Amino acid sequence: MSTQEQVIAIIAEQAMLEPEDVKPEHTLEHLGVDSMALVEAIFAIEERFDISVPFNANDPSATEFDISSVASIIAAVDALKAEQGK
Amino acid sequence: MARVVITGAGTINPLGTDLATTFAAMREGRCGIGPLEITDSHRLSIQIGGQIKGYDETQHFNRQQIALYDRFTQFTLLAAREAVDQSGLTFTGALADQSGVVLGTSGGGLNTQDENYRAVYEEGKNRVHPFIVPKLMNNAAASHVSIEWNLRGPSFTVATACASSNHAMGQAFNMIRCGMAKVMVTGGSEAMLCFGGIKAWEGLRVMSKDACRPFSATRNGMVQGEGAGVFVFEELDHAKARGADILCEVIGFAMSSDASDIVTPSKQGAARAIEGALKDAGLAKEDVGYINAHGTGTAANDKTECAAVATVFGAHADRLMMSSTKSMHGHLIGGTGAVELLACIMALRDGVVAPTIGYEEPDPECAIDVVPNVARDAQVDVALSNAFAFGGLNAVLALRKH
Repeated sequence: MSTQEQVIAIIAEQAMLEPEDVKPEHTLEHLGVDSMALVEAIFAIEERFDISVPFNANDPSATEFDISSVASIIAAVDALKAEQGK
Repeated sequence: MARVVITGAGTINPLGTDLATTFAAMREGRCGIGPLEITDSHRLSIQIGGQIKGYDETQHFNRQQIALYDRFTQFTLLAAREAVDQSGLTFTGALADQSGVVLGTSGGGLNTQDENYRAVYEEGKNRVHPFIVPKLMNNAAASHVSIEWNLRGPSFTVATACASSNHAMGQAFNMIRCGMAKVMVTGGSEAMLCFGGIKAWEGLRVMSKDACRPFSATRNGMVQGEGAGVFVFEELDHAKARGADILCEVIGFAMSSDASDIVTPSKQGAARAIEGALKDAGLAKEDVGYINAHGTGTAANDKTECAAVATVFGAHADRLMMSSTKSMHGHLIGGTGAVELLACIMALRDGVVAPTIGYEEPDPECAIDVVPNVARDAQVDVALSNAFAFGGLNAVLALRKH
């Protein structure tokens, strides 16, 4: 599975949606992913890709990990994978 | 002071997953203690426990709930559902603000701690699931009950080891009595049957390897159990006004501290708690027909408890009945007083006194009618429930037939 497919599967699980209903242009808010579900999704991403995601729930916008849309998360995961040699 | 009655009860414990099966097991003197089925049990020297067998969390809760509910919270919610359903109450408006939750537990989310310590220490993992803290905290169960049923009044968790549930129910009782609340959901829960939870108890060398035989001369220790008991305590006038079915009345409560030894029980401390409950309820000692004993099956507890009862009741100690249902469900630690209160309710409401099973041989130091091995039909008007914790913290409740 590509990074995109895997990230979408993780977000879909948290949003209680089918993966085909989660599109790259969607925002987390649009998908109904609240702050607790987001923290769970980041945990699942770290486990799946064996990467460390720089994310602070106190101030999500301050971190480099861009969560503004599904597409931005996918891009950020790809960047972290390259950076961390995974 | 307001009078307090019980209008709902619920449970899940080694004897059954609801009230009806638990009462039936107590009447039949059935034993819920058996071989432990847990990770690494081959490395334990204690291989038995009162475990809730065949329990599947996915039958009751969805994935998101399981991420937040430790086993002790799950047991609490299942028992609370039965209790609240039985009470027929719904909590909205002013009643929601005047209703709260006080629950007892000793280990809280111990399974969650055990599993995650295993992950980071044994398996070398460097991250854990984000909700470990809200899952393992001791107040998780009380908080989830308040969230589930919209109980917006005073709510907290009490941890006094083996007396946690009795201390919790005593708080709930007095809060209604003094007008702080109309309804309190109360009781307790424990889920300590994991490798670390049993290993710790093994260290004390007070555990039996074969059975819990309280008061029997052949007793050789306690057996751990797990589960929950939850009750709806309600102001009498409030219950009457809505025509509620009343299980029994809570009439007294007392606490005492031994202030002597961290593990060895004291006759004086126990006796002061029992005397205090009689005084608080305005009872004469002759009024008491049944005592649900703390009765752990250890050498120290059982003889100390019998001596305390003999001291308080004098000649009447030869006429009352005192049984330990721990012989059937094991010691549920912070949840034990709650499940044992069910035996008191059965005695008062149904006129059936639960037995002390596994009783083999009289012990002159426990010369009391312990209702050996077989339940007994008897008219009981007043019952006491004893709990004496490590740390010397004692809590005794008094109940009356309604």
